[in-house]
Amino acid sequence: MLIIVTYDVSTETKAGCRRLRRVAQVCKNYGQRVQKSVFECQVNDVQFEQLRRKLLKEINKDEDNLRLYRLVGQRDNYVETYGQSRTLFFDEPLII
Amino acid sequence: MKQFLNTLYVMTQGAYVCLDHETVKIEVEGKVQLQVPLHHLGAIVTMGNVMMSPFIMARCADDGRAVVILDRNGQFKCRMVGKTSGNVLLRQAQYEAVREQERTLAIARNIVAGKVKNARQILLRGIRESDNEEKEEIDALKKASDTISNVLFHLKDAKDIDEVRGFEGEAAEAYFQSFDRMVKKSERKFFTMNGRSRRPPLDPVNSLLSFLYTLLLNDCVSALEGVGLDSQMGFLHALRPGRPSLGLDLMEEFRSILADRLALTLINRKQVTAKHFESRPGGAIYLNDEGRKAVVVAYQKRKQDEFHHPILDSKAPFGLIPHIQARLLARHLRGDLEAYTPVLYS
Repeated sequence: MLIIVTYDVSTETKAGCRRLRRVAQVCKNYGQRVQKSVFECQVNDVQFEQLRRKLLKEINKDEDNLRLYRLVGQRDNYVETYGQSRTLFFDEPLII
Repeated sequence: MKQFLNTLYVMTQGAYVCLDHETVKIEVEGKVQLQVPLHHLGAIVTMGNVMMSPFIMARCADDGRAVVILDRNGQFKCRMVGKTSGNVLLRQAQYEAVREQERTLAIARNIVAGKVKNARQILLRGIRESDNEEKEEIDALKKASDTISNVLFHLKDAKDIDEVRGFEGEAAEAYFQSFDRMVKKSERKFFTMNGRSRRPPLDPVNSLLSFLYTLLLNDCVSALEGVGLDSQMGFLHALRPGRPSLGLDLMEEFRSILADRLALTLINRKQVTAKHFESRPGGAIYLNDEGRKAVVVAYQKRKQDEFHHPILDSKAPFGLIPHIQARLLARHLRGDLEAYTPVLYS
């Protein structure tokens, strides 16, 4: 399934900047960045649980906000993209 | 059931492949070109001058992800092997089966039957798709398919492995003699073939086939190692140092459905043309960089196509079939299945 992860991490303090970096890294480990704080992650059930657990460990619930959207089924049915985008499809041929 | 994971091909010369947290990062001239989470990948294949960091190699070894190194022509150079894994008892059963002539013969016979039957399906499809006016073509294809039917009929009486190999050779010769009849007339000026030639391939069709077979062999060897079988201990192919005999055995039934049919499609749809080839001194013909890329893309796409597996009676992507067959073979060697059944295409 495709998970859309979006977050707002407060960067007013040094600790906030650190959290921002760490949240982004967790997302990167599971998917790809499509906008500044929006990630698309193609994962199975187990990986989704891991992703959620790791994200919850990083954020500070008093200051930050995290949203996870679960899209089940064909990606094309849910996602429309306009403008500048360089999304990759990890299940298509990966050749460089 | 194992999930069918993607394969990452790195063909850009001078690229650097490294580990970044849980992702693979590929840099070309210091710039990040691609970053993929590891959980999408079942294998990494590099071609030519591609560097890989020890960390990514170690990580792949830990996870059982295949790492294969090919030269720029797609010739197999080496694969990375981690700790000896898999089931010792399974390997022992495999060695015992290789020593027992009757069992070896039975497995080899089924493998050849699968190969030959699938090749015949390709010919029959060629007949269906060719113009009715081209009588000569159809007759040639019919003749080849008759020869193969004949081989299939006699194969079951083969008394030893040499006889099985003889039947296989007979069928293969008939098949490849008429193979280029399935190439469209308009493309045949460039894509002609005079039987199978390899090391080196002497015409574009042969070089295309050789390249596809290399890709396929890597997948088959990975599938076998994945279930814990020894890919060098084969039944049909003679044992030789360094030769992945069992990989070659497993590949036989897939050659025509995964590689040959794809080669024909690429040629007939003009996805591969004369500009994708280069000739070398001594008459060898090879795909060039652009050509190899086109073929790899098509091969990867083909692996995602769905196929109805007759024994499992369920759908599976083509890319998963070598893994399924490796598992069926392992079950037979352990004694859980009475015979090894090749996959049949219809």
